[in-house]
Amino acid sequence: MKININSKLMTQDSKPGLPSSPSGSPLDSRQSVKIKTDRLSLHYGSFQALKDISFDIPKCAITAIIGPSGCGKSTLLRVFNRMNDLIPGVRVEGKVTLDDLSIYEKTVDVVSLRKRVGMVFQKPNPFPMSIFDNIAIGPKSYGIKDKQELNNIVRWSLTQVALWNDLKDNLKKSSLDLSPEQQQRLCIARTLAGEPEVILFDESCSALDPEATMKIEELMVDLAKKYTIIIVTHNMEQALRVSDMAAFMMIEEDKAGRLVEYEKTNIMFSNPKDKRTEDYITGRFG
Amino acid sequence: MKTNSRAGEKIAKLLIWSTALFVLVVLVAISAYILIKGLPRINWHFLTEIPRNMGRSGGVASTIVGTLLVTAVAIIIAMPFGIGTAFYLAEYTKESMITRIIRFSAESLAGIPSIVYGLFGFIFFVIYLNLGWSILSGGLTLAIMILPTIIRTSEEAILSVPKVYREVSFSLGGTKWQTIIKAVFPSAIRGITNGIILSVGRSVAETAAVIYTAGSALRMPVSLFSPTRTMAVHFYILAREGISLENAYGTAALLIILIFLINVVANMLVNRFIAKGR
Ligand SMILES: Nc1ncnc2c1ncn2[C@@H]1O[C@H](COP(=O)(O)OP(=O)(O)OP(=O)(O)O)[C@@H](O)[C@H]1O
Ligand SMILES: [Mg+2]
Repeated sequence: MKININSKLMTQDSKPGLPSSPSGSPLDSRQSVKIKTDRLSLHYGSFQALKDISFDIPKCAITAIIGPSGCGKSTLLRVFNRMNDLIPGVRVEGKVTLDDLSIYEKTVDVVSLRKRVGMVFQKPNPFPMSIFDNIAIGPKSYGIKDKQELNNIVRWSLTQVALWNDLKDNLKKSSLDLSPEQQQRLCIARTLAGEPEVILFDESCSALDPEATMKIEELMVDLAKKYTIIIVTHNMEQALRVSDMAAFMMIEEDKAGRLVEYEKTNIMFSNPKDKRTEDYITGRFG
Repeated sequence: MKTNSRAGEKIAKLLIWSTALFVLVVLVAISAYILIKGLPRINWHFLTEIPRNMGRSGGVASTIVGTLLVTAVAIIIAMPFGIGTAFYLAEYTKESMITRIIRFSAESLAGIPSIVYGLFGFIFFVIYLNLGWSILSGGLTLAIMILPTIIRTSEEAILSVPKVYREVSFSLGGTKWQTIIKAVFPSAIRGITNGIILSVGRSVAETAAVIYTAGSALRMPVSLFSPTRTMAVHFYILAREGISLENAYGTAALLIILIFLINVVANMLVNRFIAKGR
């Protein structure tokens, strides 16, 4: 894939292209850090999938994780809500902090961590139940029983993803009758219902057509005003269109994924520092 | 070469199609034969009167009630145990000695002829527990008989629930129990219900396991401790002892209709209340 840097997508991007600060972090000093990893490594049993990853993810912005297949993007994303815990034999080393909370500390309650860090998956995957129940399932499991309160949550969540007007009269309809785009919006609303601070998107547009992709991208940009968003994508144009920061990952001979380059997206795409980053984003491999 | 393989394709298709057609024809032929022979016997009296004169005359009302009660007892007992075991096997254990023993027992139990269940039920429930020939003994015996089916079909249904539903539930901050109840169960319910409908059909149609445990009394049962005669047993006795072939066909036709109705109603209930969400 060849990226046209002069496309209108690029020019509409108004993020300031300041050079990175001398401290090593590419974030502006006025940007606050939401998630910080420090020498993060992850092993699946004896296989090391992530090695020595240290970077700062800014609050209320979109950070894109890019890189060739199998380099550990999903693995890294699932570190942030500890979904990797579900896989037997996973070991995490190093430190990951969410605000001031070191999330791999023994005392951390994983359930409340996952409330703070929501996740949207690759394929639209609403539960085979009504639209209402899909959104209420999270709040119900946190113990909210009041019908009026649940109604409010459903209304608020659907409004956030611009589905309320279309669906308000059909909340009892099966979610499976919705279009793929609507289903993915519903899945985002389901995540929002838990009032997360961070939302992780793992290739969440890859199953959608280009038009639906555009609309979901607009929604992500909109949500980034209030939420910290981290996306994984194979679509370089998408990374360029929506993200403020870009993290390029790659494996080396030992097959462990590393963070090769982390930069403001427009800087990385116009002036990549590492040769491998340049080769990847200009479509020469991966 | 190309035409050859295409001809082969056609022949294979034809063969598969004709086997399916053959099965369909046999099924339709049997049902049609019994319905043609039996339907003329079925009328209001046949449905509402209890058998008289050993079943030579009168209706089959008490056997309908007996069938429904014995089946209900079996399902009500087997369902929670079966589904519970299936969830235990599918969600709470890794493959181990214990799970292998449970699976092996379930599979062995599924292969035992029903007469053996009948004898076991007779010795254990009727004699040892002193429940006598009763709806309870018959239902308990049938419950043991259908348990393996419910365990296996439920486990398959649970395992076929896409992994991503579990992941979504956990990612929403669900606990293991909430994930099972809210995410896995609703998605598996259709498969689980299919297994239960299958088991209802087997219970309704069973003779050997109930004749020794529920008995063959023709009176209208008054409690779970009453002996009773199910429709399948009634049909069997009428036909074997040559009491009344006409009434035997009438009973058989009714049995077919009942099983058909149970299937339709169960599917409707699932569609309406569970599969779609309220
Ligand atoms: N559950 C697991 N057990 C063992 N190894 C795993 C597991 N999940 C992923 N891996 C391995 O970890 C590495 C990184 O996988 P990951 O899914 O994070 O890559 P990815 O960058 O998301 O790839 P893709 O772009 O194809 O989605 C791969 O080598 C993969 O085989
Ligand atoms: Mg991935």
